[in-house]
Amino acid sequence: MPLYESVYIARPDISATQVETLTAVMTKILEENGGKVTKDEYWGLKSLAYRIKKNRKGHYSLLNIDCPAAALTEMERNMRLHEDVLRYMSVRVDEHEEEPSVMMQSKSSRDDRDRDRDRGRDRPKTETAAPAASAAPAASEATAAAPEAVEAPAAAASEAPAASEESAPAADDKDTKE
Amino acid sequence: MSRRPFFRRPKSCPFSGDNAPKIDYKNVKLLQRFTSERGKIVPSRITAVSAKKQRELATAIKRARNLALLPFLIN
Repeated sequence: MPLYESVYIARPDISATQVETLTAVMTKILEENGGKVTKDEYWGLKSLAYRIKKNRKGHYSLLNIDCPAAALTEMERNMRLHEDVLRYMSVRVDEHEEEPSVMMQSKSSRDDRDRDRDRGRDRPKTETAAPAASAAPAASEATAAAPEAVEAPAAAASEAPAASEESAPAADDKDTKE
Repeated sequence: MSRRPFFRRPKSCPFSGDNAPKIDYKNVKLLQRFTSERGKIVPSRITAVSAKKQRELATAIKRARNLALLPFLIN
């Protein structure tokens, strides 16, 4: 059976427990159609990047699903009909991630930051990504710089006799360029 | 002279190599680094993302936008 990831946004005025029952309802629909939910996550009440049906916030939930395609379409049909679901998106994936998704990790780190007002706590995560990008160019830059350093003395050596013959090496330099 | 007037250092794709981050529509913090202040996707010639990964990245950003995790536009 194909694997799917399904995220849906529920109306903000319902409670977290109601969202969980909604997830249970959707899980039941899938199971009746011969599928199963391997993991479900509740991301909490998050603010939306733009308004959806006049709402500025929404309850986000993620379902990792292993089910036949017919079961998924049936679940999506029910989500469309359900008034509490603002939006849903199902994506087919090659493999499910077993550990909690990035959303849950960032949420826990944000809770930490709120607790001790420490912004530095958030740092290491961004920095682990940054050195990977910056370290590679630095290394290649060092190798690129090396041949130039070797060339520079050679150029200086060839210029030295020229300087003795002619007045200015700078003028000589200009000639070679032209 | 071997020295060029504008030396451009060789760039490498931030999604290649070891412990590169995985492109995922759920990773908002990562995707935000590849969008402009206005919310547009930054071209790969600026971010040095490889063509293959840029396509992946564009899909992820568009998915995140549909889920209201990222804005379509910021005024």
